Amino acid sequence: MSSIRVNPETLTVLDRPNSYIGKTVPRPNLDRLLQGRGTYVSDMELPRMAHVVFLRSPHAHAKIVSIDAAAAKQMPGVLAVVTGKELAAVITPWVGVLSHLKGLKSAPQSAIAIDRVCWQGEAVAAVVATSRAAAEDAAEHVAVEYRELEAVTDVRTALDAATPVIHASLGDNLAFERIHDAGAVDQAFAESDAVVEAEFVFGRHTGVTLEPRAVVADWNAGEARLTIYQGTQAPHMVQNIAALHLGLREAQVRVVCKDVGGSFGIKVHIYADEMATYALSKLLRRPIKFVADRVESFNTDIHARDHRCKGKIGVRRDGTITAFEIDDLTGIGPYSMYPRTSAIEANQVVNLVGGPYTNKNYRARARVVFQNKNVMCQYRAVGHPIACSVTEGLVDLAAMKIGMDPVEIRRRNLIADNAYPCASPSGLRFEQLSHQASLTRIVDMMGYEALRAEQAALRKKGIHRGIGIASFIEVTNPSAAFYGVGGAKISSQDGVAVRLDAQGSVICQTSITEQGQGSESLTAQIVGSVLGVSMDRVRVILGDTDVTPYGGGTWASRGAGIGGEAALQATKILRKNILDVAAVILQSTPAELDIVNNAVVNVSDGAPRIELNELARIVYFRPDTLPPGIQPELMATKHFVPREYPFAFTNGVQAAWVEVDTDTGFVKLLKHWVVEDCGTIINPQLVDEQIRGGVVQGLGAALFERCIYDERGQLTNANMADYLVPMSCEMPDIDVGHNVSPTRETELGAKGAGEAGTAGAAAAVTNAVNDALNPFGTIITEIPLTPQVILTALGRI
Amino acid sequence: MTAPIAISLTVNGERVEAHVLPRLNLADFLREQLKLTGTHVGCEHGVCGACTVRVGGDIVRSCLMLAVQVNGASVETIEGLSDSGEIADLQAAFRHRNALQCGFCTPGMLMAAQDLLQHNRTPAREEIREHLSGNYCRCTGYQAIVDAVENTARARTELRA
Repeated sequence: MSSIRVNPETLTVLDRPNSYIGKTVPRPNLDRLLQGRGTYVSDMELPRMAHVVFLRSPHAHAKIVSIDAAAAKQMPGVLAVVTGKELAAVITPWVGVLSHLKGLKSAPQSAIAIDRVCWQGEAVAAVVATSRAAAEDAAEHVAVEYRELEAVTDVRTALDAATPVIHASLGDNLAFERIHDAGAVDQAFAESDAVVEAEFVFGRHTGVTLEPRAVVADWNAGEARLTIYQGTQAPHMVQNIAALHLGLREAQVRVVCKDVGGSFGIKVHIYADEMATYALSKLLRRPIKFVADRVESFNTDIHARDHRCKGKIGVRRDGTITAFEIDDLTGIGPYSMYPRTSAIEANQVVNLVGGPYTNKNYRARARVVFQNKNVMCQYRAVGHPIACSVTEGLVDLAAMKIGMDPVEIRRRNLIADNAYPCASPSGLRFEQLSHQASLTRIVDMMGYEALRAEQAALRKKGIHRGIGIASFIEVTNPSAAFYGVGGAKISSQDGVAVRLDAQGSVICQTSITEQGQGSESLTAQIVGSVLGVSMDRVRVILGDTDVTPYGGGTWASRGAGIGGEAALQATKILRKNILDVAAVILQSTPAELDIVNNAVVNVSDGAPRIELNELARIVYFRPDTLPPGIQPELMATKHFVPREYPFAFTNGVQAAWVEVDTDTGFVKLLKHWVVEDCGTIINPQLVDEQIRGGVVQGLGAALFERCIYDERGQLTNANMADYLVPMSCEMPDIDVGHNVSPTRETELGAKGAGEAGTAGAAAAVTNAVNDALNPFGTIITEIPLTPQVILTALGRI
Repeated sequence: MTAPIAISLTVNGERVEAHVLPRLNLADFLREQLKLTGTHVGCEHGVCGACTVRVGGDIVRSCLMLAVQVNGASVETIEGLSDSGEIADLQAAFRHRNALQCGFCTPGMLMAAQDLLQHNRTPAREEIREHLSGNYCRCTGYQAIVDAVENTARARTELRA
């Protein structure tokens, strides 16, 4: 890996002696996880803790005629069987809408279904017992009588007059529609030398976090306080929502997030069964634990994607793209998720299509429909894989039509690196991107010309290899424009409190959270660098609403860019405060002093003057030795939120090199390359691993992952044996390169990197497969690219 | 439901006497009765590999084995391998290569990797990828894990040379 600095910066607060910024250092506290001594919620036990198992609907859509729990209540170990009606006494329903998504509608959703179930897997009763096994045994003895209703499953007919309306009060099955029209699209198509159209189909898939969702809710009736232990990306959001619907003040709810076994957006939402668990704890006045089993995970963790998007591109013979047009249709299940809503992804698709290119003519329609399947919502790289696959698929089709190389058509249309700031036809503002430099770099990394030669040579031997390229943009560092403006109480600012303790160590509390990305590490690296202390002196505390400043958490690639900047600014203040005290103690001036290697030193000659632990000793234990009136302040807090740009866009390009077996339909991934630009890189290794992990999740969607529903709304592959995820033997090595265009909105200059990999991987692979199949005259625009899809396209089956 | 059955075994070298229900699987026994929570439960049907432990020296899916089946056996978990120092180098390699993110698959992954290195001292990259295919990781994309195992194999070979 190497970096090219597009915008060389002058010396900053980060370019200090012994800075950790830009250095690969191991994440702190990994040994805990390496020794199996972490604390995941599924590991937790509390005194008097009971276990809840949810009895779930076997039908996609049905009236609940009756629930008879009498027999179940007599089973050994059973403490309670609670229906939706009974639970409604302690928790109110919710509606997943936000005001900035104009026209978005949804119906009230209850923690446990009342009267009607709307998807296979919706909870109809909670069985609470002294063990999970006892609760499962008893659940089998709860008799529920259903009257099945017609299930709405196909998004293509969801809006037809003949299709039943899932929520009568809403009038139809249309949750949200957005139309966008920029430039002169019809005229542009008319003046094009070629116009190409295709329909792109994206399967429903899900996150498959290796640790299923888990909650321990502990209502202490004596304190009138609820403590929620949950693997969540957004503790303060959970606190707000739990309090709101349980009729509590926020101060009565504490959310603690310890180790989290994978999140990827799955754990940024609030699920009905989690709400039910909080409510059950309050109702039964004891700790209640809920851990989803794998079948429940498949049936109730949010699903993602499920789009059918018609796309159209106009192009001139010289390769100039003249217009993009899309018509996207997506199904979100029976309810818009709460509190982030399920319209964000379609909205993002409209925002992002065509984003890397100079073209200004763009028309889009996105429709979001209800259906009787599991809820669909934001998952890693929300909307990006759809937008990228449609855009890049269309660009390749256009190139093919006019006989131009896929790299060349991109070179001619990508926004020039010196054209910033500028805006996309959907109104997105770009501060500084590096599409052209990224393309040049990836072509170099992959040895593009040599690969083309190899491809041609192998083709003569009947070996079908293909190259796929996909440029992309990524939304990171979201401001209040994402959720706050729509009325969601989801913080877009984050806070960091940093203090020097009495032994000279540094304790840092941050509102961003850790799910393995390296939030703890990047925070310690920034604090250590800015303050001048070694990382092993910095302890980072995350994930506790009683302890950390108020903030958004870790999602939408915001931890480093927003939480990191708060850490930087807080530490600058602490540094100043320490130097003020040091100047008093040393009878010097703050300007003459610096902190290096855990000691205050002279700026002039670097000579050590006083160790930080000695300074701390004086401040905490012998303040009487300081001059009168001196009140040292060895703790500082700062918050940060982006204000200039609603989002800090990043960019990049991915390339895939694949081989397609035209007899079996199997796709072998030979190599994958990524060049991305996330601004200032705090820890190169962590960035690279975010990219690689993201790519592999994108590859899963491209090749394997799909929730297969039948026409009655039954999920037919809700287990890990039938739902395929990438395995190590199938994955390629992934080379990652970087450009560095720091955002000038912050002193840190960091943008996000968590979703770039997922954004473009499927597009690159699909383009590569189509490139491999070029001699067969077939184009595939559907993922996952299963052997069945490929053999069908080849006419073999 | 049938009555609990007495079992006697060693776990990480310690003798354990317990009464277990016949239906209790080994993963739940380790986690719930012995509080050895380093063995993780990801799928409960033998696919994901997070619950991998050693029984009699061989790696097994503890979710697919019943606790009564380990009567008289020697069981080793991640806690045992960590405390004995047997995989200290492998753990260090994972740390330095950032071969874990959320860490949930890691105990099982380390178990499987150590098993490979015991049976094949110089595995090729493809062999590492093949051997670890029964252990899912959703975070890393596997490359860092393969690198860490490869580095450990190389370092152990150099130590022996």
